[in-house]
Amino acid sequence: MGEITRKEVEHVADLARLKLTEAEAERYTKDLNAILQFAAKLNELDTSNIQPTSHATDVKNVMREDANRPSLPREEALRNAADHEDGQFKVPAVFE
Amino acid sequence: MSQFETVIGLEVHAELSTNSKIFCGCRTEFGAAPNTHTCPICLGHPGVLPVVNKQAVEFAIKAALALNCEISLETKFDRKNYFYPDLPKAYQISQYDQPIGKNGWIDIEVNGEKKRIGINRLHLEEDAGKLTHSEYGGGTLVDYNRVGVPLVEIVSEPDLRSPEEAKAYLEKLKAILQYTGVSDVRMEQGSLRCDANVSIRPVGQTELGTKTELKNMNSFRNVQVGLEYEVQRQQEVVLAGGKVTQETRRWDEANKKTVVMRSKEEAHDYRYFPDPDLVRMQISEDWIASIRASIPELPDARQARYMNEYGLSGTDAGVITMTKESADFYDEAVKTGADPKAVANWLMVDLFGYLNANNLELSEVKITPQGLGEMIKLIEKGTISSKIAKTVFKEMVETGKDPGKIVEEQGLVQISDEGALKQIVIDAIAANPQAVEDYKAGNDRAVGFFVGQVMKQTKGKANPAMVNKLIMEQLNK
Repeated sequence: MGEITRKEVEHVADLARLKLTEAEAERYTKDLNAILQFAAKLNELDTSNIQPTSHATDVKNVMREDANRPSLPREEALRNAADHEDGQFKVPAVFE
Repeated sequence: MSQFETVIGLEVHAELSTNSKIFCGCRTEFGAAPNTHTCPICLGHPGVLPVVNKQAVEFAIKAALALNCEISLETKFDRKNYFYPDLPKAYQISQYDQPIGKNGWIDIEVNGEKKRIGINRLHLEEDAGKLTHSEYGGGTLVDYNRVGVPLVEIVSEPDLRSPEEAKAYLEKLKAILQYTGVSDVRMEQGSLRCDANVSIRPVGQTELGTKTELKNMNSFRNVQVGLEYEVQRQQEVVLAGGKVTQETRRWDEANKKTVVMRSKEEAHDYRYFPDPDLVRMQISEDWIASIRASIPELPDARQARYMNEYGLSGTDAGVITMTKESADFYDEAVKTGADPKAVANWLMVDLFGYLNANNLELSEVKITPQGLGEMIKLIEKGTISSKIAKTVFKEMVETGKDPGKIVEEQGLVQISDEGALKQIVIDAIAANPQAVEDYKAGNDRAVGFFVGQVMKQTKGKANPAMVNKLIMEQLNK
């Protein structure tokens, strides 16, 4: 894997809605490269016959029956909302 | 002939008809008061643990099998990350590289030509919430009732070559999902939604042109007109020397055009990764076999059966099998022993005609398939004439009454008493010497005039064949 560039760090920060200062962007570029270099050690192993791991446990097929359970009363559902109106969560406008 | 070829692929989302949501026990019904079907799981509170609804997985497998897909024996859920308030977790639980189904197909027919359309994949995911503008301005309101309702996303191959084919594909897909009972496929309630990828290329070119993604086409008709507009727009751009820009566009119903929603630069980077809260799924061959066995006769098979067993035309059989409701109605009516072709005629001409004229659904009228079958048998037995049957039919549609009862109550039994009819014919001829003269002078329309007179006398109940015969006998004496 190639080096992580400053531009990639800014892109990922943007996707994560993080606002980085000059110094932070600089530091994360360095830190991320150091982390990747450390993890690159694993590339020395031959993994050509190993299936990618998606989950750390071997548990499979945990499913529930299609039965209803009580929902929260609306006041409860809205209690942690920063703002609400007419029984709905209110967020900053997302339309133009 | 256009110098361009149109290439269309459709992405269809269908809500599955489960009682509870995909990862929690909240209800899934449409139309509840906002935020009354939510719980800590679907609201994405920290520390909660989603558990998949087995019925949702089963419905997705059933839909995939009905669409001729291969089923992934090893599968999992992934997180699709994006910030938008329609999902409280800032990610949607979906499937990335191991969809439930892949490599399927369905057959469509356009202008009498059959065509096979590939289905790239079918995957399971959770639905998102509904956003509306605040009435008082200055914000967006969010209703999370729909979050977590199970969805299947069905992605076609770019095999569609015209808006008309796209509509035919959607209609067939809708019918199959409805027949299998996995979704109620109501576009007007949003339980079936469609996005399209559209591009054009010069005829003969194999490489695909730059595509635009089209959203917000909320009816079958809008899918067709939206695509027609977009194809035309792209052609005009290219013919004017421009280039089609890769972007997402929205069908603007009010202004009948497509408008830009976002361009590629703002396109999402979803950073999919396996959801660690949901364990892997292993789908056994036994489970697949038992689901396969539960799939009912599908539209294509039913259409073929109506053509082979009942002699219906392909078009007629296609119209009747377009919805499961009308095909079931047809089957039940034929079971009464009435002539299958007559049943098809009454169903398509009279019943569908009535429904269209009054903007109603089959489930909203009271006529029963048994009633329609019995009514047709009354015509076959000569108890009522076809003309009187129209009156009986209307009464049945409105009241759901038994046809025999309607005939009895309103005294609609056909008069086939030759002696009585003969007297009425003789009287009519005696009262209209001028018409007799006309007939003798070679004017055949006079016969119709006498039929009309007899029908008037008998309030339409005279046996028409017998009346005709008697009139001819008397006139030619």
